[in-house]
Amino acid sequence: MSWLLALPILFPFCTAALSLLTRNSRWSARISVAGSVISLILACLLVGTVMREGVIATQMSTWAAPFGITLVADYLGAAMVLITAIIGLATAIWALAEIDDDTARMGWHGVYQTLLGGVTGAFLTGDIFNLYVWFEVLLISSFGLLIMGGRKEAIDGAVKYVTLNLISTVLFLCAAGLLYGATGTLNMADLRQAVADHPDQGLMTAIAMMFMIGFGLKAGVFPLFFWLPASYHTPHYAVSAVFAGLLTKVGVYALIRVFTLIFVGDQGFTHQILLWVALATMLTGVLGAAAQSDFRKILSFHIISQIGYMILGLALMTPLAVMGAIFYLIHHIIVKSNLFLIAGVSRRLTGSSDLYAIGGLYRAAPLLSVLFMIPAFSLAGFPPLSGFWAKYVLVQASLELEAALVAGIALLVGLLTIYSMTKIWAEAFWKGHPQGIEPALATISPRIRWLMLSPVIALAVMTVIIGLYPAPFLDYATTAAQQLLEPTDYVQTVLREAVK
Amino acid sequence: MKSLILLTGARFLVPLFLVFSLYVLLRGHNAPGGGFIGGLIAACGFTLYAFAAGVEAARKALRIDPRTIGILGLICALIGAFASAFTGQEPFAGVWGEVWGYAVSSVLVFDIGVYLAVFGGMLTLIFALEETA
Repeated sequence: MSWLLALPILFPFCTAALSLLTRNSRWSARISVAGSVISLILACLLVGTVMREGVIATQMSTWAAPFGITLVADYLGAAMVLITAIIGLATAIWALAEIDDDTARMGWHGVYQTLLGGVTGAFLTGDIFNLYVWFEVLLISSFGLLIMGGRKEAIDGAVKYVTLNLISTVLFLCAAGLLYGATGTLNMADLRQAVADHPDQGLMTAIAMMFMIGFGLKAGVFPLFFWLPASYHTPHYAVSAVFAGLLTKVGVYALIRVFTLIFVGDQGFTHQILLWVALATMLTGVLGAAAQSDFRKILSFHIISQIGYMILGLALMTPLAVMGAIFYLIHHIIVKSNLFLIAGVSRRLTGSSDLYAIGGLYRAAPLLSVLFMIPAFSLAGFPPLSGFWAKYVLVQASLELEAALVAGIALLVGLLTIYSMTKIWAEAFWKGHPQGIEPALATISPRIRWLMLSPVIALAVMTVIIGLYPAPFLDYATTAAQQLLEPTDYVQTVLREAVK
Repeated sequence: MKSLILLTGARFLVPLFLVFSLYVLLRGHNAPGGGFIGGLIAACGFTLYAFAAGVEAARKALRIDPRTIGILGLICALIGAFASAFTGQEPFAGVWGEVWGYAVSSVLVFDIGVYLAVFGGMLTLIFALEETA
């Protein structure tokens, strides 16, 4: 049991070590793909066990909770590990087509696996300081990936990214220190009771706000999102796909975890702030996107607006709303990574990502056009795609609370999302190429073409499956939401280990 | 920018940084300290030297490519983490053995691995940034 929880974290680091050792040969990239396949199998085993046995937990090095480091997987954590492995594999395959030998020699594939290990660690840890350690691992490896782009603007983006994320990490560390000073524990399950019992609830709320700002900066919520569009359009497409899919979601996950498990004492204050933040995030993101004309910049701003929906689900705090947030999280990771990969293919075909300088993709690559339509319309919330159910659940949850304004904004943002997606469609796919160049899929060698298209197809198929058969996924998210809102199972499983 | 004062100061300070980093690394077994912070302190030492004497000189003084150090550290840490698998214990559990009469544990191997990984990784990033700047 304990290795089942530790291996999904440790294995990417093994892959990273092997891949770094062979970084001068072609094996580096192949090892990365093979390692990602095994990571996916490990993640499936983990989800299977969690679905069979409920919450599972273990103590590292047999130091009992709440003193040692806890690894714990509930429905949400396990699902996030699985989705990380899926995106990890898809991007590892896609990267075979994009990452050239020079970049691979710098150790790109190894650093990429380190990043995946860090993300998995953040999803599985049950200790707030250990979460900080994983944030550091993420920060260092993502910085490495960003500067391997090598161009001046990539380094410019990387410095902005790292500086602002460092501020967030320091804030997180200060908050964890204060919390430890006040309660004497860092174990998340133990903190639930310790925070509730603390005599000075005002202090707890103040610490909660520090966590909110720290994680909110990571997640890219209003008004702390400005680093995101400044850095996500500069690196390799494989890097921005995995960043867009996974990194901001680590922040969202941390917010969901902390504000359902630990800081639930003063919901009238904290969750009210979260609600306004969510609405402002949704609106600013989608409006920001409307003003952009670069393929990746539009997508970056849409990450922000979609993050708003997830925070909205957390802020409403009803079972239906949290379920919606979790479903949204899963759906959005698949869709958004896929859109960035498609942006990469279109860049490869047309030579630019500026929408006004490219065009003619519909005539040149009808298959790619269809593949773009699926995630794009899913993002906007068209039935019968996955985004429709995600938005539907959240709108229904807000209507149940008679929050008509919230529901109205959620629908309006969906409408504005269509505007941006239509803009990409009209400029990149529909209109002719301004210089009359006809980009064609056939100009790329078949090997590269399929390395690029197969992950895109696989992710699009997942979007369609979730859209057409949402019931099992909605059921899963419902159970996950129940576990979050009634975490007795989580707390008992972690602390029972202490007695043993 | 070359500064005689900084260079002279760095010659004194770099060895101090390195010795102190080892002290912090070993102290971490039972007290605050450990591989992560030790590696950062050691990296600070070489960064200072790189600022004072140039990245080229710092690379020469280091002799080994920082990337190689980082990879060795990662492998070392993984050995420390997986050692308990062979004795059938929980992940990261300390496995103790005796080397020349001293009790040595896999915990120390893990910590040294983290030290080297952080040291190598940090210097790789800093040298790369200095060279492109």
